[in-house]
Amino acid sequence: MSTYTNEQVAHLVEGTLDWETTFRMLSMPKDHSRFEQYVAALQAKVGFKDKIVLPLGPHLYIVQSAKTKEWVTQCDCGHVFADYRENWKLHAAIYVRDTEEAMTEVYPKLMAPDTQWQVYREYYCPTCGTMHDVEAPTPWYPVIHDFEPDIEAFYKDWMGLPVPERA
Amino acid sequence: MNMMNKNELGFADLLKNGQTLKQFRDGIIERTQASGCYNGIEKLEFRDSDPIGYEKLFSKLRGGLVHARETAKKIAASPIVEQEGELCFTLYNAVGDCVLTSTGIIIHVGTMGAAIKYMIENNWEANPGINPGDMFTNNDCSIGNVHPCDIATIVPIFWEGRLIGWVGGVTHVIDTGSVTPGSMSTGQTQRFGDGYMITCRKTGINDEPLRDWLHESQRSVRTPKYWILDEKTRIAGCHMIRELVEDVIRADGIEAYEKFAYEVIEEGRRGLMSRIKAMTLPGKYRKVSFVDVPYKHEDVQVSNAFAKLDSIMHSPCEMTIKPDGKWRLDFEGASRWGWHTFNAHQVAFTSGIWVMMCQTLVPTQRINDGAYYATEFRLPKGTWCNPDDRRTGHAYAWHFLVSGWAALWRGLGQSYFSRGYLEEVNAGNANTSNWLQGGGINQDGEIHAVNSFEASSCGTGACAVKDGLNHAAAIWNPEGDMGDIEIWEMAEPLLYLGRNVKANSGGYGKYRGGCGFETLRMVWNAQDWTMFFMGNGFMNSDWGLMGGYPSATGYRFEAHKTGLENRIAIGDSLPLGGDLDPSNPDYERHLDATATVKRDKQCITTEDCYANHDLYLNYLRGGPGFGDPIDREPKAIEGDLNQKFLLPEYAEKVYGAVFTQDAKGVFTVDAAKTQARRAVIRKERLARALPTREWMKEERERILNKHASIQVQHMFATSFALSEKFTQQFKDFWNLPADWLVREEELGVPSYGSKHRMDLSLLPDVTTVVQVEE
Ligand SMILES: [Zn+2]
Repeated sequence: MSTYTNEQVAHLVEGTLDWETTFRMLSMPKDHSRFEQYVAALQAKVGFKDKIVLPLGPHLYIVQSAKTKEWVTQCDCGHVFADYRENWKLHAAIYVRDTEEAMTEVYPKLMAPDTQWQVYREYYCPTCGTMHDVEAPTPWYPVIHDFEPDIEAFYKDWMGLPVPERA
Repeated sequence: MNMMNKNELGFADLLKNGQTLKQFRDGIIERTQASGCYNGIEKLEFRDSDPIGYEKLFSKLRGGLVHARETAKKIAASPIVEQEGELCFTLYNAVGDCVLTSTGIIIHVGTMGAAIKYMIENNWEANPGINPGDMFTNNDCSIGNVHPCDIATIVPIFWEGRLIGWVGGVTHVIDTGSVTPGSMSTGQTQRFGDGYMITCRKTGINDEPLRDWLHESQRSVRTPKYWILDEKTRIAGCHMIRELVEDVIRADGIEAYEKFAYEVIEEGRRGLMSRIKAMTLPGKYRKVSFVDVPYKHEDVQVSNAFAKLDSIMHSPCEMTIKPDGKWRLDFEGASRWGWHTFNAHQVAFTSGIWVMMCQTLVPTQRINDGAYYATEFRLPKGTWCNPDDRRTGHAYAWHFLVSGWAALWRGLGQSYFSRGYLEEVNAGNANTSNWLQGGGINQDGEIHAVNSFEASSCGTGACAVKDGLNHAAAIWNPEGDMGDIEIWEMAEPLLYLGRNVKANSGGYGKYRGGCGFETLRMVWNAQDWTMFFMGNGFMNSDWGLMGGYPSATGYRFEAHKTGLENRIAIGDSLPLGGDLDPSNPDYERHLDATATVKRDKQCITTEDCYANHDLYLNYLRGGPGFGDPIDREPKAIEGDLNQKFLLPEYAEKVYGAVFTQDAKGVFTVDAAKTQARRAVIRKERLARALPTREWMKEERERILNKHASIQVQHMFATSFALSEKFTQQFKDFWNLPADWLVREEELGVPSYGSKHRMDLSLLPDVTTVVQVEE
């Protein structure tokens, strides 16, 4: 098994890791310690004090609130969406591309879906305007609750790590 | 007087243990269920006691399979096999569970196994009999094949008169004699038009193909020369592998071989579970995909009025990764099968996902049926991925299989991302189309069919640390290659007027999806030539990931009465290169004003006539993007602009890039101005957005009023009819009144097949093999 330095993992997060190391990461068995190094690299990067429990996206995390110890889904900018078990998208700002005009803002003519069939739903952080997700469903489709991680099993059984305190 | 053979049809004792194959297989299933381990193998005795011997056996067999594929491939003349590598050889144990497979289209790890199991369950050993030197041919989609053009040759392997296993070889043939030419045609709506269908038929004895089979099969397809060379390819490969197994047994002993042939499957089962634990994260992942089936259009000409409707295929997937490393894939809520050729057998799904998984979760040589035993599949009966009617067509099952699996990419992508294995994240697949198909009299004056496999080089999905690859791959063949122009021009009476990277085809994002490409083809030296289109157009089958956009959808361009013959003669300007900006088309400026041009989103059509000098644009799709586009590096945008991967208008609108272009046309992106512009974009986003719950109130009103296109309502109606759970979840989410429902019969479109269906299992003397929860 290969292992990597904290610096290399930080470069991976930044997208600046050299190809040779990236290729080694791809081709060799996975390094078990990555998760801890990864969270540490992210924790050093974010502007908030809350402890990252699980990264969800490039700017989205489940964190343990420094104040309340509650686990919440939170943006880079510190905006709290909701309890981590809830679908954060229901607490986001949404823009739906459901007309040809709105679609041709993002794709040339004929290269975007026909909105009678499919729409794009863009979910933004209400505070900083980061686009955290683009859904591409039919009209009427429920907002999808993408991911419900089993954090306890992951920390305890898979990683052998103490589960962060949760209020 | 006709004397009957005195030999009774009955118990063949192929295993020399007093059991029928079915009894033996039942025992394996029982031991697997009781112990949780394949065949009750709780200890890997061979591997643990003699790890080097075990690995040597593994390497010999696997190396032999790959070698047989590489050698046999050279026999084929079809560019699909010879250039694209659309073939695969697989070794099975006596009950049809896969031991090892070669490289190539390894979706077939389980499809030929399903055919072997069908022969076992239906007592082939009594009739027609299974003997050394026999060959069986199968392409029947109702017992597990993906689509009819994947023809499998299956050869039993005996040792000292005892059946010890099977070897199967599959090639993707150019034509199956279906209603329209090309191997994955669209004109038929049922099995009965899907082409020549062969159900585990004994087609050879004593290693020789039977003459009736040779005569019948060659005249049942349009391309007999390719057909027969494909068959020779499969037979040669199977026989090479059978010899390899004999050599291995001579060297290592039958006991070791047989122990290996079962233990390696248990090892594969454990291998998948340990990889799941090593790379992913336990929890529930919910994803969904769709694809358009636009059959209402006049350019889709089918023989059944009941197939003439626009519909949408729906594939919701709940992927549960359990703390013990097992996983469950549940497709509850999927839409019904339809009157088209995009239906899939359950095995196409359960076997097929490994061709994708070997590119991500299990990137090893150790792909076998062990992975199947570590996976719980739930494919509700009656859905597009487990039809409950024996009439369904399957010629292009890939139209939605590729997209249905996209949900798995995104689920796995989420788990890799959360765990920090960013290098593994993939936003999804390209919709691997267009499929240029057709036929007629070719440049050699022969009846011919074509199926361009340029689609094996679409854009790939973006990663969390880099862009997707341009025009590089297709999910269904890890060894894909776009093929050389010169070879395609020999195989098809179609000259290339361009082959270019398709601008804006990759989904935008911090890392963009790989771009697809486009080739402009001019019909040349053909007679009575036809072609058609097949791919996605009105919808995108893949989403982006974590703020990335889906890739662009498809569209079609074709032109007739072009005047190109004369324009070439007089040296006038010609349409050359890519269709760079379809908002501002250029090809038309180089055609006669009287030309008939079709430029629209109707990306599924049926066989239409093309004269020499007519044009056809083959646009191969890009992959989806990852992350918010306004996080993209200015330098990366500059590169895209300068390589014509991205039109300037969208560099501005989507990426917020501020740039200049010099006299030589070179773009330079201004990083500081871009940063400032992006701050404004954030504000613009919020200005046009609503809180999600506010928007939901509006959408709920539209649902209550049944305000949506017929195809959208139709999709929900077929899913509702098959799944109470999905219906209830939908109604709960939107807080709809108890009596709210959409039914097919209220939509004013044909609903043939919505109520009355007959499954294959209801035919007399047929036992179907069920390998999933239904
Ligand atoms: Zn924010």
